[in-house]
Amino acid sequence: MIAIIDYDAGNLTSVRLALEYIGAPCEITRVAAKIDAADRVIFPGVGAAEAAMANINAFGLLEPIRRIVASGRPFLGICLGSQIILDHSEEGDVDCIGLVPGTVKRFAPSDRMCKIPQMGWNTVEIKRPHPLFDGIEDSSEFYFVHSFYCAPSSEAHIAGETEYAGVRFASAVGRGNLFAVQFHPERSGRIGLRMLENFSRWDGRC
Amino acid sequence: MLSKRIIPCLDVRNRKVTKGVRFQNNIELGDPVEMAVAYSDGGCDELVFYDITASAERRPIDIEMVAEVARVIHIPFAVGGGIETLDDMHRVLLAGAEKVSVNSLAVTNPELIAEGARAFGSQCIVLGMDPVRTADPLFPSGYEITIRGFRERTGIDALEWALRAEDLGVGEIVVNSVDADGTRDGFEINLTSMISGSVGIPVVASGGAGTPQHLIDVFTRGQADAAIIASMIHTGEYTIRQIKDELAAAGVAIRRKW
Repeated sequence: MIAIIDYDAGNLTSVRLALEYIGAPCEITRVAAKIDAADRVIFPGVGAAEAAMANINAFGLLEPIRRIVASGRPFLGICLGSQIILDHSEEGDVDCIGLVPGTVKRFAPSDRMCKIPQMGWNTVEIKRPHPLFDGIEDSSEFYFVHSFYCAPSSEAHIAGETEYAGVRFASAVGRGNLFAVQFHPERSGRIGLRMLENFSRWDGRC
Repeated sequence: MLSKRIIPCLDVRNRKVTKGVRFQNNIELGDPVEMAVAYSDGGCDELVFYDITASAERRPIDIEMVAEVARVIHIPFAVGGGIETLDDMHRVLLAGAEKVSVNSLAVTNPELIAEGARAFGSQCIVLGMDPVRTADPLFPSGYEITIRGFRERTGIDALEWALRAEDLGVGEIVVNSVDADGTRDGFEINLTSMISGSVGIPVVASGGAGTPQHLIDVFTRGQADAAIIASMIHTGEYTIRQIKDELAAAGVAIRRKW
């Protein structure tokens, strides 16, 4: 069973529908016992970092999240869920969960025609092989919607990179049993579904 | 590089996709769910559904259809028509749509888009606008906003409305030219580029797509971030792949593997 963590940060329907489509049993939940019992966890989210962190604390989800990552079970962050696993976010100047060293930064394009949010399909350059990239070609395109991006402190945690607004940012972050993507695999067509299938079979090792 | 998006538009009436010119002479084209799958498999980057009679018939949008579409396609799609309240937005998003599009109602009740953006995030609130060309000096941009399927003029300048909507928190603006809609003579380039060059959020050009060259024009001179197409693919005259091949050949950044 995949637990999809619900902390009132956006709509989780498309994540659930994508998992159902590939035949991966899942449940949207914020109950600590269910998260503890899950084989693997998806940590999604859209919206603002500050509100998200407030909800995570209010719902008592910080410890369950830390426990699952410490247990070695596969953990997938998506979009906002990929950002707030870092130490700190410029969005609202808020301290985050700190599962991967680094900060979340705001796009600051010099070109006015470079729109914020980045909205649409962009390429992901694979920096190192990972079980979640199985069967996915280098420079495949995924669907993005975001105004902030992840900047991990260590190059070793960058699994994939994407270019926008004059920066090359970490669009995929990997650290042990934790993997996190800025894009939306659940909305990235066949290639995104392949990544979710890879996740549903991943043993957390790489 | 971020790709330009090609977005087929499905006007839905009584669970059938229809197409008319300037909201007139609608003909039935097929089942919305089947067409969504075909276009998604065919390589479109996003889809938009308008329940074109929901608003006029004062009934909520066809949620069952939205839920069915969300189960079978896994690319983003927007839904518009009959969105009157935050609750309507919530239902559409919970059914699995990525975005909700508000048009006439945003003009009569701008607070709706501000509230929607606060409640669900800017990224899922799309403002649709239907500007018509005018020589009246009251409208500095040269375009006036119309509502209710082009039937009513509002006295609001198109550019002023776009900037206001951005301030209110919409994540994207669909600029649908009343003059070009359904003509297949090409997008209204000046209108698109004026709005896209003035706001900091993505702009989707709509109305007039007839050939791949029209799309090349709107993505280059028109500075559009995305473009809506309808008849040119509904009739089978072009496939999305053909259109994308021509765009790529012209140097437009476009997604070509799906």
